[in-house]
Amino acid sequence: MKANFFKIKSSLAASALFAALSIGMVSCGGGGSTSGADSTSSATGGSEDNSIIGAGSSFDNPLFSKMFSEYNKLNGLKVNYQSVGSGAGISQLTNKTVDFGASDAPMNGKQDSAAPAAVLHIPVTTGAVVLSYNLSEVKDTLLLSPAVLADIFLGKITKWNDAKIGAINKGVKLPATAIVIAHRSDGSGTSNIFTTYLSKVSEEWSTKVGKGSSVNWPAGLGGKGNEGVAGLIKQTPGAIGYIELAYAIQNSMPYAKVQNKSGNFITPNIASVTAAANIKIPDDSKVSLTNTEAADGYPISGFSWVLIYKEQKYGTRSLAKATNVLKLISWQIHDGQQYGSALYYAPLSPAAVSIGDAILKSATYDGKPILQ
Amino acid sequence: MDTSVENSMVTRSDLPLRVIDSAKASDAVRIKNRIRRSFRQIRTESIFKRTLVIMGMLMVILVLGILLTLIVQSLPSIKSLGLKYLWGRVWDPVQDIYGAWPFLLGTLLSSFLALIISIPFSIAVAIFLGEYYPKGWLPDLLKNTVELIAAVPSVIYGFWGLAVLVPIVRNMESHIGVEPVGVGIFSSSLILAVMIIPYAASLGRSMIQMVPSPLKEAAYGLGATRWEVIRSVVLPYTKSGLFAGVLLSLGRALGETMAVTMVIGNTSLIPKNIFAPGNTMASVIANEFTEADKAVYLSALIELGLVLFLVTVVINMIGKRIIDRFTNE
Repeated sequence: MKANFFKIKSSLAASALFAALSIGMVSCGGGGSTSGADSTSSATGGSEDNSIIGAGSSFDNPLFSKMFSEYNKLNGLKVNYQSVGSGAGISQLTNKTVDFGASDAPMNGKQDSAAPAAVLHIPVTTGAVVLSYNLSEVKDTLLLSPAVLADIFLGKITKWNDAKIGAINKGVKLPATAIVIAHRSDGSGTSNIFTTYLSKVSEEWSTKVGKGSSVNWPAGLGGKGNEGVAGLIKQTPGAIGYIELAYAIQNSMPYAKVQNKSGNFITPNIASVTAAANIKIPDDSKVSLTNTEAADGYPISGFSWVLIYKEQKYGTRSLAKATNVLKLISWQIHDGQQYGSALYYAPLSPAAVSIGDAILKSATYDGKPILQ
Repeated sequence: MDTSVENSMVTRSDLPLRVIDSAKASDAVRIKNRIRRSFRQIRTESIFKRTLVIMGMLMVILVLGILLTLIVQSLPSIKSLGLKYLWGRVWDPVQDIYGAWPFLLGTLLSSFLALIISIPFSIAVAIFLGEYYPKGWLPDLLKNTVELIAAVPSVIYGFWGLAVLVPIVRNMESHIGVEPVGVGIFSSSLILAVMIIPYAASLGRSMIQMVPSPLKEAAYGLGATRWEVIRSVVLPYTKSGLFAGVLLSLGRALGETMAVTMVIGNTSLIPKNIFAPGNTMASVIANEFTEADKAVYLSALIELGLVLFLVTVVINMIGKRIIDRFTNE
């Protein structure tokens, strides 16, 4: 009786499982067909044109979130931005899975050749990388020259009381603490800006290490993200590391004045970063803002770019959608700039805005310009 | 809900029998019924068996699929770098030079160091819970706490390690005369040791509880003390189980990513000693994957995953061999 009962129970259970599976399959099939119908209806109905997908730089993310929510209030356009990192943003644009990409570094030769069509770079904001340090005894702001900075990160200057550091920080009593270097362990646009700067100012750095979002650091400790590097700096006496300006200000960390190309020691702030971009910008805007000629500009800064295809007619894109994308970017480089300073992003210089305008106008739909 | 289902089953299963019994139906009907029943039983059996086989095969297919994906995706890097990828000492994404040796070394060093640190604790907990106090509120508390250690997310360990453990280690380092940076292989091993204790401890505990009491009673009867019973009866009897637990925790240590990356110092330089900063394979993949902008770079990172996969397989195979030898003795 008991055994019999169990068998029936198990057969019931088995048939229930079977039923559940078949129901699941039926409902899957049904779901698939309805979603298919949905996508076709939305493509013809045009509701899809009202949402834009972007992906890329995590540095841009706080600013973009603010900009896109403000733009949504104005125009009802929904922008879905995925903060996946610059490299991933470029590859998503290459695969045409997003409407625009965002990157802290211009696309390199290999990435350009991987892309199926010409890509436009529009500068959208300016970021700066500052050098933060942990020297509790030193009350004055530390001064750093390009040569000293390169020697520190090459591991050639190992003590804070080194004569080379003392020579530019006259009257500051520097301790005999060992220098502990903190750098980013994850690939990042911040590292790219900083290593580009070091490659420009130091021949040795350029041949030994080079520039990139990940490099082979000759010395020091790696921390994941700005917060990881900041954690290492805060914790380790004698540490020096590079972080984003916004992060340093928000966490009230001390940061050094850096000597620029004109020989002035510049405090990094929104004004000096914008000033660094007030130079002659090439027509494709692919320029590094490190060590620029600007006399009052902070030397370690860089543009962040929005990336779109020059020819906007590809796949099933409508003219309305292409226009929406271009209008959005145009708003970002004009009215959108006002939201930058509250988040410690430096607004674009006038030179950068006019170049951005010219580039946007060169975008076409089916060969015809979109914005007049 | 449950009772109603059972009731309906009772009626369905009992009714025909009762009818047959009371009506004294002919043998033909009974045989027919039984045949029908046994057909249904066979069908149930085979459906059940087939489900089990499919579920089991899915696991095998999944693992083979992962292995295949790793191999296919790392082909570009294998082609351009060859075997010297394994012992190359430089990892330079700028010049496309990729050598996995520093990370292989860092992974093995931090994991085995963690294992050595954790074994005394996990064995002690296992013996305490399995042999000395299997029941009571204190052992229950200890047991639940140890199991909770396994449930805490690894990022919390990483954060705790960075905020609490690293300053202590730095302080210690400044006393023993190595570069006092705090983060490094040693710190990550300490964190890993804490994280892997529960795996060896809970397996060890259940193994020790399974030692047949006649064996222990015989030893006591011969005049052995408790320590002697543990040393010469319990531990020899359970050594393969204890070793399996240790192996399980080693597997966990090899693959741990988040907690390690927060305290290991993330440098591609080859660690000079156990206090120096280093990096592990899992940590490098997590750090550099998102911004790997070149095909070979991405492929080299995936190959790192393949190497990690193979290291785990090899260590598991060696472990299985050792367990077999223990059991055969």
